[in-house]
Amino acid sequence: MSDPTRAEIEDLFYREAELLDNWRLEEWMELLTDDAGYYIPPNDKPDADHRTTLFTIADNNARLKERVKRISDPNCHAENPPSRTRRHIANVRIASRSGDTIEAHANFIVHRFRRGEDVRVFVGHYRYKLRREGGALKIAERRAILDAEELGALGAVSFIL
Amino acid sequence: MSGKYVVEDREKLTFSVDRETLVSPELLERERRAIFDRSWIYVGHGSEVAEPGAFKTRSVAGRPVIFTRDKGGQVRCLLNSCRHRGAIVCVAREGNQNSFSCPYHGWTYDGGGGLLTVPGEDAYGPHFAKNAMGLVAPPRLEAYRDFYFLNFDIGARGLADDLAGAKEYIDLVVDQSPSGRLQVISGTQEYDIRANWKLLVENSVDDYHLPSTHSTWLNYMRSAGVITRPGREAGLLLPTRGMGKDLGNGHLTTDNVNFRGRPVAAWISIYGEEAKADIAAIRAELVRRLGEARAARVADTNRNLVVFPNLVVNDGSSVTVRTFFPTAPDHMHVTAWALGPVEETEAQRARRLDAFLTFYGPGGFATPDDVAALELLQQGYRTWREVRWNDLSRGMGKDASDQLNTDEGHVRVFWRRWSELMEGAP
Repeated sequence: MSDPTRAEIEDLFYREAELLDNWRLEEWMELLTDDAGYYIPPNDKPDADHRTTLFTIADNNARLKERVKRISDPNCHAENPPSRTRRHIANVRIASRSGDTIEAHANFIVHRFRRGEDVRVFVGHYRYKLRREGGALKIAERRAILDAEELGALGAVSFIL
Repeated sequence: MSGKYVVEDREKLTFSVDRETLVSPELLERERRAIFDRSWIYVGHGSEVAEPGAFKTRSVAGRPVIFTRDKGGQVRCLLNSCRHRGAIVCVAREGNQNSFSCPYHGWTYDGGGGLLTVPGEDAYGPHFAKNAMGLVAPPRLEAYRDFYFLNFDIGARGLADDLAGAKEYIDLVVDQSPSGRLQVISGTQEYDIRANWKLLVENSVDDYHLPSTHSTWLNYMRSAGVITRPGREAGLLLPTRGMGKDLGNGHLTTDNVNFRGRPVAAWISIYGEEAKADIAAIRAELVRRLGEARAARVADTNRNLVVFPNLVVNDGSSVTVRTFFPTAPDHMHVTAWALGPVEETEAQRARRLDAFLTFYGPGGFATPDDVAALELLQQGYRTWREVRWNDLSRGMGKDASDQLNTDEGHVRVFWRRWSELMEGAP
């Protein structure tokens, strides 16, 4: 199995951003491995472990599926109508390789727009664990780490960051 | 009883709150003086400053404070403002240090707030008394079961008296711990809601909104095997019976027969098969220590407690401590933590934190919809001059002791206390 290049990883991240910005969440799930997790650590403990620290989001794959179901439901009031988002992914780099897992990092700026509200700007970096499955490079874990000292005006994180 | 803003008619069974109370800058300013400067306001939990020298800085009732434990082990709260010109002397969020040095002119205070050194002290006159120039403490700081509160009113009645019936419900939460010691778990959730602060008091105990606001959470629970359809008893909107209770002095709680998953001690499939035996063991320990009846209250009932005016302890899907302060009539800042028994195993702690996120917090499966609902309320109040009154009359035809959690008897408790402090209603 060939090692992915940065270009291949960038393509994956850009594809993911496109699917998330367009709320094509079922297709987005196909970019993930069956055991993929999704984490947002608390702003005051960005390097912590979700088993000992209260996170903003700590989804194993089962809960991530439930999350997608929830935010796709019109009765999810926080995301009805769905937020308009635009993601900018930059500074993509391969951080480490161990066995079949590659850790890749990227910076992000996500603008979130809702009717009647100020624009909210989420800035931070992603830490991904990537694995090849059946030839395709897939996301085994995604961790979104916010730079803001507190969520504050960003409010709730009800969309997929 | 009736005031101008809170109007109760016991014959017509109506209870109305003027929406001006949710939009007015003048009333917010009066609330700061009549409520926040006279009530016991939650500062923090003793476990957050476990070691001598440990400190946390935060904003309490609009004031920057240092919450700390001094060298002698005494928990203190100091106003974070230099006696010289007023700068904040401690800018770090948290840490452990024996002194606080003002970044402006270098005045340095010890961990208990005493003034240690003043650069160029000889330039001050003979009456300059360093020992009277320490950091100022709020006039009162008292604790109940390691929950620390301050009061800016030196003449306020003691905390234990003021808490009245709320003590019993704090005790029920603390009883989860075999040693009677809870700790605030690492990781803070701080987020703003563009809504009046009183709406989060209402929302935290209003179980009437659960089926409509949180239908997606109920779906999630159902997928985990929880029965979510309303119980058969007349009047129930939820699977089990729950009550809304007046605890005195504006404090209130829900007191519900549990239907959801709880780390103490109601297993649901989300926790995993391997957790089943462990949760049974947690329950067995409760029974051994507290007896069957008390253990059942701790484990098989849940509660959302409001300590007037702005502390919420939710003992439901996990335990959260949540406090919030208004920054404007239509804006509040919320801080929330998770609480757990100090002796939890790693697996139990991980389960507690995971259970927390099934419902609570800015990324949880329910709280974001509460935030959305509160912001919709606030937007609606732009019509306050035309649509003047909020209706809080659910359950008024029944006795106080028969108020369900989906009635509004307990929400009225908050507003009566508000009215008493704000407009002198008897």
